[in-house]
Amino acid sequence: MADHHEEHEHHIVPLKVYFLIFGLLLVFTALTVGAAFVDMGVLNNVVALTIASIKASVVVLYFMHARYGNKVNLVVIGGTIFWLLLLFVLLGGDYATRDMGVFPDRDPISSTVTEPGSKDVKEPATEHAK
Amino acid sequence: MHNHGHPALQHHFDNLTHQRESTTLGMWVFLTTEVMFFGGLFISYIIYRSWFPVAFAEASNDLDIYLGAINTVVLIASSLTMAMAVYYSQVNKRNLLMIFLILTMVLGTTFLVIKGFEYHHKYELHHIPGPNFVYEGPESKHVQLFFSLYFAMTGLHAFHMIIGFGLLLMLLYQAFKGKFDEKYNSPVEIVGLYWHFVDIIWIFLFPLLYLIGRHAHHG
Repeated sequence: MADHHEEHEHHIVPLKVYFLIFGLLLVFTALTVGAAFVDMGVLNNVVALTIASIKASVVVLYFMHARYGNKVNLVVIGGTIFWLLLLFVLLGGDYATRDMGVFPDRDPISSTVTEPGSKDVKEPATEHAK
Repeated sequence: MHNHGHPALQHHFDNLTHQRESTTLGMWVFLTTEVMFFGGLFISYIIYRSWFPVAFAEASNDLDIYLGAINTVVLIASSLTMAMAVYYSQVNKRNLLMIFLILTMVLGTTFLVIKGFEYHHKYELHHIPGPNFVYEGPESKHVQLFFSLYFAMTGLHAFHMIIGFGLLLMLLYQAFKGKFDEKYNSPVEIVGLYWHFVDIIWIFLFPLLYLIGRHAHHG
């Protein structure tokens, strides 16, 4: 921000970089679709979300010029990731621990009262333990 | 080269560099609020998916993975054309700028049309949550929960694309009027940031909704 009073040239990202990133994104899309057809158990989730994170990172860094622009933008991007993680970790942690022993079947929807005469007759809570 | 007399320079900025960096920073802050907005839906999806993995896997398998993949490619291509539009605004090639803005709008519309076909298919199957929702099997209620989140998340995303289309239309008009040059192209740049952000949301929606349920039913 120190050089606001000087006028400096705006960095122009060459088209070649955009084509390269586009190719990279296509390769990762093909990879993630291919990986979805291979049964890797819980690793399927890890692979899919890792690839999505890599794709999002290159979009932010190159298409959105985060790599080239003012450094203060990186602080905002870092803050965004921090607050998002805070939301995920605190809320996820709360839900993962709060209902222990309270809703053992983890079936809050079927525990709501079904109107009498509704065609959707309430069935006993099904087991979802997996 | 001094640009103090540029017609686009607002009086409260020292110069166009100051103005450009401020508007870009403002856009990033706005995108933070957008990330948190979508973040609430993402964490809701993640929590319910961890509670009802069987129902969510079943429902996820009802989505067309190929249409989802095609739309991913369409949206990535639209991000490329948007980035190229930003480039041509920076090198002051008005005609190419307009061509790539139009291409971005065409690809955005293609995405929405494909999404529309997917929605219509769900409508025909009675997979739209509400009183007419029909799904056979013991997981019906939680499958409906999946589809509620599916329509909320893809619907909010599609709504953002429609807003993006309007912004591109506005840029096209301004470009046509010759408002942009190599010194002043902030509007193209920040609409570009918005467009890429919408692309990133889809980059996460695609695996979460279409892909990672594929094998959950095996264990």
